[in-house]
Amino acid sequence: MSVVGDPLQPTLFERSRAGRGGDKIPHPPKDALDRIPAEARRQTALALPEMNEPDVVRHYVNLSQLNYAIDTGFYPLGSCTMKFNPKINEWAARLPGFANLHPLAPDEIAQGTLQLLFELEEWLAEISGMTAVTLQPAAGAQGELTGILMIRAYHRSRGDIERDEVLVPDSSHGTNPATASMAGFKTITIPSAADGGVDVEAFDAALGPRTAAVMITNPSTLGLFERRIGHLLEHVHAAGALAYMDGANLNAILGRFKPGEAGFDVMHFNVHKTFSTPHGGGGPGAGPVGVGEKLVPFLPSPRVFRGGSGRYRLERPEERPTSIGRLRSFVGNTGVLVRAYAYLRAHGGTGLSQVSDDAVLAANYLRKRVGEAYDIPFDRACKHEFVASAAGIKKRTGVRTLDIAKRLIDHGYHPPTIYFPLTVEEGMLIEPTETESVETLDAFADALIAIARECETDPELVTSAPHDAPVGRLDEATAARQPNLRWRAMAGAEMPCPD
Amino acid sequence: MPYGPHTPGDRERMLAALGIDTVDALFADIPEELRASPLNLPGPEPELELAARLQGLANRNRTDLASFLGGGVYRHWTPPNVDQLLLRGEWYTAYTPYQPEISQGTLQSIYEYESLLAELVDMDVVSASHYDGATATAEAGLMTCRATRRERVLVSKAVHPHYRQTLAAYFGGGLELDEIPLVADGDAAGTTDLAALERLLAEPDRPVAGVIAGQPNFLGLLEPMAEIGRLAHAAGALFVSVVEPVSLAVLAPPGAYGADIAAGEGQPLGIAPQYGGPYLGILASTDALVRQIPGRLVGMTTDVNGKRAYVMTLRAREQDIRRDKAASNICTNQALLALAASIYLATIGPHGLRDVAAQGAARATRLEAALAGVGAPRIHRGAYLNEFAIHVPDAKAVHRRLIDRGVLAGLVLADFLPDEPQLEDGLLVCATEVTTDVEIHAFAAALEAELAAPGVGSTPLAVEAAR
Repeated sequence: MSVVGDPLQPTLFERSRAGRGGDKIPHPPKDALDRIPAEARRQTALALPEMNEPDVVRHYVNLSQLNYAIDTGFYPLGSCTMKFNPKINEWAARLPGFANLHPLAPDEIAQGTLQLLFELEEWLAEISGMTAVTLQPAAGAQGELTGILMIRAYHRSRGDIERDEVLVPDSSHGTNPATASMAGFKTITIPSAADGGVDVEAFDAALGPRTAAVMITNPSTLGLFERRIGHLLEHVHAAGALAYMDGANLNAILGRFKPGEAGFDVMHFNVHKTFSTPHGGGGPGAGPVGVGEKLVPFLPSPRVFRGGSGRYRLERPEERPTSIGRLRSFVGNTGVLVRAYAYLRAHGGTGLSQVSDDAVLAANYLRKRVGEAYDIPFDRACKHEFVASAAGIKKRTGVRTLDIAKRLIDHGYHPPTIYFPLTVEEGMLIEPTETESVETLDAFADALIAIARECETDPELVTSAPHDAPVGRLDEATAARQPNLRWRAMAGAEMPCPD
Repeated sequence: MPYGPHTPGDRERMLAALGIDTVDALFADIPEELRASPLNLPGPEPELELAARLQGLANRNRTDLASFLGGGVYRHWTPPNVDQLLLRGEWYTAYTPYQPEISQGTLQSIYEYESLLAELVDMDVVSASHYDGATATAEAGLMTCRATRRERVLVSKAVHPHYRQTLAAYFGGGLELDEIPLVADGDAAGTTDLAALERLLAEPDRPVAGVIAGQPNFLGLLEPMAEIGRLAHAAGALFVSVVEPVSLAVLAPPGAYGADIAAGEGQPLGIAPQYGGPYLGILASTDALVRQIPGRLVGMTTDVNGKRAYVMTLRAREQDIRRDKAASNICTNQALLALAASIYLATIGPHGLRDVAAQGAARATRLEAALAGVGAPRIHRGAYLNEFAIHVPDAKAVHRRLIDRGVLAGLVLADFLPDEPQLEDGLLVCATEVTTDVEIHAFAAALEAELAAPGVGSTPLAVEAAR
């Protein structure tokens, strides 16, 4: 355990010993539950682990050390914007005034948080060039659903009920088509052109009276700014459809491009990407959505308002009948939004512009360096990320991008996003962010270049990687064929225990 | 730049390597006419000033009141080890465990979360987490439609109004949602109307995919879950139980009364109220529905050397693989909150969790007696666990004025269920293990004073005086 011994840990269930733990809560009176009818009561004892606090702490500290994280190293995971998560943000979110506030607290005792939310909306509106913002969506994908449901409501409010298609480029995030389906639309996939942008001819051909919306990620998931965006937006609107911008890649364009000004009707922000809120091993996030004038009536409820006297209030239920309603309970992932607010205030307008300038500069520098040993399919100025490809290496040596990614682990790095977007053969999507030093960028590029050499000289070393991780490559086939998704004394005991 | 590493020299070096003079060259592909107007925002704020601003905003919230507010979010004692462990950067600054070899900590913690919650709800499969109780419930509703290939879901009106509204929004893409009314009076008042449920299930040519009911329900009352499940199944529908996890230490779990899916809000398991989130959406199902459950799943397997290891699995349900055919669009989830819930459960243990639930019931019994004693009796007769509705003349105004007396008297039911005449002057109040006798006394005394002489003598704060 810890830095010596086997780093792997037995499960909580194997650590449990009957009789351990307790003394956190005073014992209730014996008759506490007498008024609960027998048929409503639990009849079988709860078989949760019994542990004392020191064992719990060691379990989770030792487990944590099996994780790679931004706080431990460079994490160039394309499309995920793994920038530094400032520590003051964690401090702020835990201030008792924020953390202990009940979400149904009357407005008059929630003025501090309501003011913060109101100001955050204003900041996001200014950054995006949108008219208004909702902070309700819990994550980017939920922001997408919010946006598409608003677009649906917009068309219906005009009696335009024939529009049942959403156009999505083939390089888009999987959430885009999944969202369209969830909102009851048919997805039409638009191919990419040779330069990585949307194929305009195919796009124009697909647009029509059935098109409800177009979902565009800009910069695209290839890290390229959509140069023909003006043309695309013009044609979308001429066809009577609305334009949704997936804001996942906003980190590249702060202060340079405001989607609302350019003509997008709606977009989401990923505050756990652009505005530094921690990813938490998969979540939480928050996915605020900005809208132009047309969609304001349909924003989810409740909105946050400022009254004449400088008092803030939540919109009352039924106050705005055109609203698409509510996408989740309460106001939103407020604890996450406090962190985003702190990040924005720390940077201010000039700092935010610098963020994008530095993120783009770092990505281009790294592109140049990685290009010394890898194919760069779109070798022009990228934005905050770029795609490299090991297609040439694979052809020569048989070593795949997956192997190179695993070998990067031995070199001390988290691999980039691999095989995404789906349109690039043996692709790796690399995003350094603005918080990594030029020394780190160079060291990472050197590692990738060294691995490219290893592919030629010792391919077996790469294809059998990682060698220095707590575990080797996983048997994913068995995991899927015979899923073991929860501990059961028998099933679990058949597996070797690391203790 | 508060967190950036680049010196002017670093930037020069990178620009030189690229053969350009200024970073503007890297943005030349943004068409001139589409370039942004200047950001009209204040300048950067040094950390010291930012800290003062944030502290000032936090101080403008009032969290000092004696609070009896629940309604889906509950105050509990969270052992401090929970948050201290969450603050390890290895947990909160990691991404989704796409590279399992260097994410075994997150993966094992999710597997353990799935296992802990599966035990608590007594079901086979638990997703790695959803956004909150409302979205987990909405996803459960969508699951029943996919699994039965039917398009109509019945939801009890006694399910949290926010959850019903979320269901309605998620069903906005063309599915049907009907409400099962509440029993209006008698012993079962405030619970799901079984006769109405039978009628709704029997409507010709409108087959029902799923029936959704909550235990305890929004009004704190215990529902006849086994009976609701039996009626749902008899009509070929699936049964979704919306649960509060702490209660499951003492109440029958969904698996015990035949639920096909359990959904719920995990906030009570060691997560702070923080004005709405991030929380933890619990979603669980039987094995039969495993390929319909949305969101990430982690399974136990082995690595190439036969070592036990964990990995995300059954990925063909997910959006990044299946795109428009995926079970849901969910990507980011609430992994860190699932971790909080796991640490909470491991620390508090099975006996501790039972104590939390039973202590809440015991405190609520005292609260009920104290409030009834000052003229605010319960509205309903049915059994409850730790939350109940009381009748208070002019409830909304009294609730408002009690704040001045230092008491947050639960929530005003007319704001949430406006068309239920029985609840017109109702407040929904709760107690948990952290509710003290002093607070209960302060509430009763303040209410008594308020009912005797509205608005008179509301300062100094009654709760302060009682302390």
